[in-house]
Amino acid sequence: MTRTAAPAPTGTDDPALDVEGLCVDLSTPLGTVRAVDGVSFSVRRGRTLALLGESGCGKSMTALSVVGLLDPAARVTGGAVRVRGSDTLRLSPAERRKLAGPVLSIVFQDALTALNPVQPVGRQIGEAFRIHRGLSRREAREKAIELMTRVGIPEPRERARSYPHQFSGGMRQRLLIAMAVALDPDVLIADEPTTALDVTVQAQIMRLLRDIQNERDMALVLITHDLAVVAQRADDVVIMYAGTVVEKGPVRDVFSAPRHPYTQGLLDSVPEHAVRGRPLPAVPGSPPELSAVPPGCAFQDRCPLVRERCVRERPVLRPAGEGRTTACHFAEELTHA
Amino acid sequence: MPDIRAASAASEASAASAASAATAEAAARPLLEVSGVTKSFGSGRRRLTALDGVDIRLGRGETLGLVGESGCGKSTLARVLLGLERPDAGTVRFDGTDPFALRGKELLAWRRRVQMVFQDPFASLNARMSAAELIGEPWRTHRDVVPTPKAREKRVRELLALVGLRDSDAHRYPGEFSGGQRQRIGIARALALDPDLIVCDEPVSALDLSVQAQVLNVLSELRERLGVAYVFISHDLSVVRYIADRVTVMYLGKVIEHGDTEEVFDRPQHPYTSALMSAAPVLDASRTTADREIQLQGEIPSPFDIPSGCRFRTRCPHAENLCTTEPPPLATRGTTAASGTHTALCHFPLGVAGESAGM
Ligand SMILES: Nc1ncnc2c1ncn2[C@@H]1O[C@H](COP(=O)(O)OP(=O)(O)OP(=O)(O)O)[C@@H](O)[C@H]1O
Ligand SMILES: Nc1ncnc2c1ncn2[C@@H]1O[C@H](COP(=O)(O)OP(=O)(O)OP(=O)(O)O)[C@@H](O)[C@H]1O
Ligand code: SF4
Ligand code: SF4
Ligand SMILES: [Mg+2]
Ligand SMILES: [Mg+2]
Repeated sequence: MTRTAAPAPTGTDDPALDVEGLCVDLSTPLGTVRAVDGVSFSVRRGRTLALLGESGCGKSMTALSVVGLLDPAARVTGGAVRVRGSDTLRLSPAERRKLAGPVLSIVFQDALTALNPVQPVGRQIGEAFRIHRGLSRREAREKAIELMTRVGIPEPRERARSYPHQFSGGMRQRLLIAMAVALDPDVLIADEPTTALDVTVQAQIMRLLRDIQNERDMALVLITHDLAVVAQRADDVVIMYAGTVVEKGPVRDVFSAPRHPYTQGLLDSVPEHAVRGRPLPAVPGSPPELSAVPPGCAFQDRCPLVRERCVRERPVLRPAGEGRTTACHFAEELTHA
Repeated sequence: MPDIRAASAASEASAASAASAATAEAAARPLLEVSGVTKSFGSGRRRLTALDGVDIRLGRGETLGLVGESGCGKSTLARVLLGLERPDAGTVRFDGTDPFALRGKELLAWRRRVQMVFQDPFASLNARMSAAELIGEPWRTHRDVVPTPKAREKRVRELLALVGLRDSDAHRYPGEFSGGQRQRIGIARALALDPDLIVCDEPVSALDLSVQAQVLNVLSELRERLGVAYVFISHDLSVVRYIADRVTVMYLGKVIEHGDTEEVFDRPQHPYTSALMSAAPVLDASRTTADREIQLQGEIPSPFDIPSGCRFRTRCPHAENLCTTEPPPLATRGTTAASGTHTALCHFPLGVAGESAGM
């Protein structure tokens, strides 16, 4: 990929975002459970990291911890999130607000609830410019219209006055993207940014993100279930399962030869390879309950390779080839068809 | 695998005979017939046409894939099918009757037969109700489906299992679930009444591939065994290709192509369909879409101000003068009984597969 080869104009190899050993605890009626357990990854400027994993494995919670917007039931109990040299987990709320937007920005997974239902969308998009850049209401409005044009909303001047419910699902998602990139952040975390978009609009949004990335040298963390988008857009991939990272590495290598049975199962479920009228292959079973993660490997109940050691000893991330890590005792036995 | 329907007494044999009877009936009368449905929002100059003379047909146990550009009117059409939005013009016939004319008991009976999985799993679930309450809510109105509290409890557990959730999830609230888990609660809820038709608006968009496969398998099984029909709205073309018997492509409020899934995917006739197919990202990282994608030029036209002639002409790579002056006719290809007709709204339909559209 050409993007990868491009020199980092900042002249530094320091990651734009460095997450280390992140732990998030949730208080539930049944007691405290660990939803995110020692997650680490980092992204350099201009690069894209994809976060993949089963529904409910803790991706959104990881993203929300990074930007400090976790729900009150959840609490970060360990780890560090470094951005521009400081650990955001240790900043005061006021200091953190200053980062949100110009430095660190997020596209939320839930497009409708993230927008204010009683305010015209143009005003909401323009708000960042008023707060962080001190623009007048009129100037902010012009900026908002410009951004709406960039994300492909027809007649943006007219539609800036509309309310969120007057837009289709995909349009709302694009409005959120417009808001998130408004201030040219160093790091953008996009949680399922294109799920509600048809492929032509998705391609347009992905090009827009790439352009911004190239112009501003932005680091992108892309949370998505769309493996094709990951294959096309990301440099590296992190695979999560039940709150932990189970595999990490360059996308190309991981997709062509996975080093964890969960990754393998995920790749095998691709409908592109399916035959109509025949059931799609799926990883059997479901992930363990957070309150009852077994000792040993969390994937043991569903793993085709499971054996005694997996029940006894919890696998930790270990090197598995050039720039790759896996959390499986028997990763070397996987042969990808 | 837990039972897929509430009336679990149904034997395989009776299900099979029901299915064959259903096929015979389907030939006689479609389950769903929508003609000339038009819907606009707003008024005067600021009137936005979301649906413009839409026709669709669906037989019992059939799956119709509905695809098209974001904002083209798919969810609006879904709401019309559910009776949640009254069309300005046109007719909807479900099993021969007009749902908008029904009242009282009949309306209730119809409501039971048609269910929806909403596009937005975050906004469509009442935050104050637990998963069990959400899934079981339809039984409060339709008491006979699962009559006793004990049976209801059991049924909730079965439905949760069908969509890959656990017993213990029954007592949790929407805010405590991830996006994909909420989406699955919406699916379980739609299954609760054993409907004849389920309108699925992006039902699997928030699911990882493995859970998606699990859910799609459940939907297929319901279709095989009970003859449930689906209108399946999705942006994921590989999912549509897998699940749908027929595909309807919409553009700016109009159906612009319709036909058998394989036909539409392998031999698209409309330039928009062909561009759509070409833009689908591929899994193979060594091949980028860039070399095969037909990038559409120009802005998405405004639904307030639809282009004259053909509404796709402002972005169509094949547009000619005629396209500006004349609305295109419905071009038809292939009318064998087996494959049905393959139609496209275009003056110059593509004869051969556009730019390696197939995958
Ligand atoms: N308030 C809460 N109380 C209890 N459990 C919660 C709460 N919020 C989230 N969870 C659980 O925490 C886990 C992680 O949720 P998260 O939203 O991070 O998942 P995700 O990986 O983003 O999934 P998806 O792909 O479906 O969006 C899930 O299993 C979810 O059920
Ligand atoms: N209540 C409303 N008031 C005004 N305009 C509306 C309303 N509901 C929908 N629209 C408009 O109607 C058009 C069609 O919207 P619809 O939600 O049906 O699109 P869609 O095909 O489902 O798109 P997506 O794929 O993005 O979900 C859009 O231009 C939308 O902005
Ligand atoms: S450690 Fe054992 S159970 Fe876990 S993924 Fe590897 S082989 Fe499977
Ligand atoms: S009618 Fe003309 S503009 Fe419209 S799709 Fe066909 S060729 Fe393109
Ligand atoms: Mg999520
Ligand atoms: Mg929609």
